[in-house]
Amino acid sequence: MNTVRMNLAQLNIARLRFALDGPELKDFVDGLPEINALGDSSPGFIWRLIDEGGADATALRPFEDRDDILINMSVWESLESLRDFIYHTKHLEYMRRRREWFDHCGLEAYVVLWWVPEGHIPTVAEGKERLEHLMKHGPTPGAFTMRNPYPA
Amino acid sequence: MGMSEDAISAVGALGDPTRRRAYDLVVAAGRAVSRDEVAQGLGVGRTLAAFHLDKLVEAGLLEVGYGRLGARPPGPGAGRPAKLYRRSESQVAVILPPRSYVEVGALLAEAVERSGADLTLQGVARERGRAASGADMWEVLREWGYEPFTRDGDICLRNCPFHALAQEFPPLICGMSLALVTGLAEGAGWPVRARMRPEKGHCCVILERDKR
Repeated sequence: MNTVRMNLAQLNIARLRFALDGPELKDFVDGLPEINALGDSSPGFIWRLIDEGGADATALRPFEDRDDILINMSVWESLESLRDFIYHTKHLEYMRRRREWFDHCGLEAYVVLWWVPEGHIPTVAEGKERLEHLMKHGPTPGAFTMRNPYPA
Repeated sequence: MGMSEDAISAVGALGDPTRRRAYDLVVAAGRAVSRDEVAQGLGVGRTLAAFHLDKLVEAGLLEVGYGRLGARPPGPGAGRPAKLYRRSESQVAVILPPRSYVEVGALLAEAVERSGADLTLQGVARERGRAASGADMWEVLREWGYEPFTRDGDICLRNCPFHALAQEFPPLICGMSLALVTGLAEGAGWPVRARMRPEKGHCCVILERDKR
C-alpha cells in the first residue's frame, strides 16, 4: 500500500524564437505577472520555480550551452488541477500563442510530468533527468506526458 | 473503428419527428430539463413526452438525473426530486460508407503539434472561415455546429464541434477554432470580435459584440 500522498511535478522547456526583451516577446513578458498570479491562486497549486531575486523563472537557463532555452517547473496536487489551470483558464489563450514566441527546434520532448511525494520540491537537475528519460524511452510511470499520463 | 450498432440505434431513435423535437428542445435549453417543460414545449401530454425522453436515454443521446428545478416554496411535493434530462457526453457518428475522419484528425493534429506548425493551422483556419462565411451569423455558426446563444450581451458557443480533438490537443485545436470563428466574423463583417474564454462544458471561444 502506498501511504505517502503523491503530487504531480511538471517541467517544460521552450526555445526562444526572438530575444526575450525584444518587441516579438513583449506580449509574453507583459502577461507573465498575471498568468503566474492566476496559477499561484489556482486550486491545487503547490509550487513553481522562481529564479534568484525574480518573480518567475525567465532568468534561468537549464542547459549551460543554450542561452535560448527557457524552463518552467511546478508542482500540483493532481493532474486534474494542472489541467484545469493550463486549459480552462486565461492560460489557454497564452498557450494558443506559444509558437509566436517559442519553438522546440532540436528538442525531442519539451514537457514532462512525474509524481513526487507530498512535500518534495524537485530540482532542475531532477526535472532534466526525467525529461531525458522521456526522450529516450517514451512515456513511462516515472516520466510521462499530459496525453499519456500514469496514475500516482 | 467501424460503425457500432449503438450508433445506428442512436441515429434511428431520432427518426421520429416528435422525438427529434424533444431532443432539440433539451439541447437548446443548455441545462437539465423536466418532463413537464418538454411536454409544454412540444405541446404534447406529459406521458408522451416522457416516452420519447426515455427512448432518447435508452439510445444514449440523453442522460437522466434527479434534482430540483429552481427555488420552490416549501410544501407538499417540494421534497420529491424531479427526473431531469440533459444531453449525454457521448458522441455519435455514422458515416456511410465507413470513413474515419476522427482518426485522420487525430493523426494530423499530432503531426502539426510535433512539427510546431500551430501558426500555419491558425492561418488556414482563418482563411477557410473568411471564405466560408455568410451574412446570417447565427445560421453560419449553427451550420458549423457551434450552437450559439446569447449571455450577458456576448454570443457564447454551447458546443465544441472539435471536442474529441480539443480534449487531446487544447492549445492547438482551440487555437484553430478561434482562428476559424475569427475568419467567419471577418469574412461577412459580423459586428463581433472572437476571443478565447475557456469554460468547462462549452466551446472556449466567445464572440464579444463590438462596442460602438
